[in-house]
Amino acid sequence: MKSNLIVSGSPHIRKEGSVPRIMWTVAASLIPAGIAGVVIFGLDALWVTLAAVIAAVLSEWAFGIFTKRKITILDGSAVITGILLAFNLPSGVPLWLPVVGAVFSIFIGKQVFGGLGQNIFNPALVGRVFLMASWPKYMTTFSRPFSYDAITSATPLAILKEGKILEHISYLDLFLGKRGGCIGEVCILALLIGAAVLLIRGYITWHIPVTYIFTTAVFTYIFGAGQLFHGDWLFHILSGGLILGAFFMATDYVATPLTAKGQIIFGVGCGLLTAVIRLWGGYPEGASYAILMMNAATPFIDRYTKNRIYGSK
Amino acid sequence: MKNLVKEFTKGIIKENPTFVLVLGLCPTLAVSVSVANGIGMGIAATFVLLGSSVIVALVRDFIPDKIRIPCYIVIIATFVTIAELCMKAYSPGLDRALGIYVPLIVVNCIVLGRAEAFACKNSMARSFFDGLGMGLGFTLALILISGIREFLGSGQILGHVLIKGFEPIFVFGMPSGALLVIGLLLGFFNLLKNRKA
Repeated sequence: MKSNLIVSGSPHIRKEGSVPRIMWTVAASLIPAGIAGVVIFGLDALWVTLAAVIAAVLSEWAFGIFTKRKITILDGSAVITGILLAFNLPSGVPLWLPVVGAVFSIFIGKQVFGGLGQNIFNPALVGRVFLMASWPKYMTTFSRPFSYDAITSATPLAILKEGKILEHISYLDLFLGKRGGCIGEVCILALLIGAAVLLIRGYITWHIPVTYIFTTAVFTYIFGAGQLFHGDWLFHILSGGLILGAFFMATDYVATPLTAKGQIIFGVGCGLLTAVIRLWGGYPEGASYAILMMNAATPFIDRYTKNRIYGSK
Repeated sequence: MKNLVKEFTKGIIKENPTFVLVLGLCPTLAVSVSVANGIGMGIAATFVLLGSSVIVALVRDFIPDKIRIPCYIVIIATFVTIAELCMKAYSPGLDRALGIYVPLIVVNCIVLGRAEAFACKNSMARSFFDGLGMGLGFTLALILISGIREFLGSGQILGHVLIKGFEPIFVFGMPSGALLVIGLLLGFFNLLKNRKA
């Protein structure tokens, strides 16, 4: 008689999710923000996004051919890198800029470390920071919303940084995206829709986004104005790339801590760094640098927040 | 004679101080912004390397083992001072561009490394060719790195514009660009080496 006792190694509980499935869902959840970007900034935004995505996928393919490894363009991770990179660019950049950035993201940000799962930094942010350091002129020229031509305007955070007073920008404008900025970061509503999908599907957890946004809010509330506890925290949440960063880039599976405790430390760290860079740093926006810095700290955080193995001391 | 040629050529590719021994990266990272700086640094380091290797090889039997490192440092520092004063006198512009990195050749690992690993065990003639080869290898590596960085970072080589309309990638003129270029070149040379083996 055959025994009904089956002995097998873990994992015992299996779920439908797979890497391509998660990646494609994340890519789909970014579509609302992309549509909003195109509505706000015109078709330029679409071309920039397409250029970045195509360049990212092609460089992933080229690297696979060149190193004779498995070609991984179908798992969707290169597509996400391309989209996220484009979402962090102004809509008026020349089209070679997203292409160069995407190639850099994939080659230097991801593949030289060994591909998906090995990269220590978020590849899209590596590309963005590279472009920011190399061509600051293009990276800080933002189109005016709903003008669809070459009229430029500064982002609200940049205006604040120069010490000028913001005029006629309401919280509702910021929430809906009627402001100068990068393609994917302006429409908070669209970003939240995408984020809600990911949260409901369980592909991301609340720990990093909530602690990240909350820390930034508290910090800018305390130190954001000349007087303590008078900062405009809502403005700081709604402007810049904070929401995009908190939900879509600080939650990168590979470059963030594994445990809930570690993720909370990661989120608080991101929030502190973002607020410090915004209030006292040289750049108007610090979300991308904050996330990259915390990416670098991730192995360290993981080391000190290991879950206790049941039965061990 | 054949031996001497071998001592000379090994420093250029097989034991290149920068890409194979991975020594002396501090000046390599710092001064490789332009080809002119790279050549200047390479020549200064080669001069020091040559002088110190010869002198260390000559006095190697007289130096007590326990205090050999301080002795080497004194010898090296002498040559560095000569190089620095000559540079100040004959090309003050280069001296200003290289700044603190000229006196810092004293603690360059390549110079001390060759004294400790080669010159203290070998004859003067062999040490001379070893120092010359290593210096040349270091100079060539610097020219390669600074050439890439100057071209990408400012669109020029030795001040000449190569491609019109090329928008320089500023990041390669910054320290992060130096780390990127050196990292990629190291990977490339390791690839070549593995392929040969």
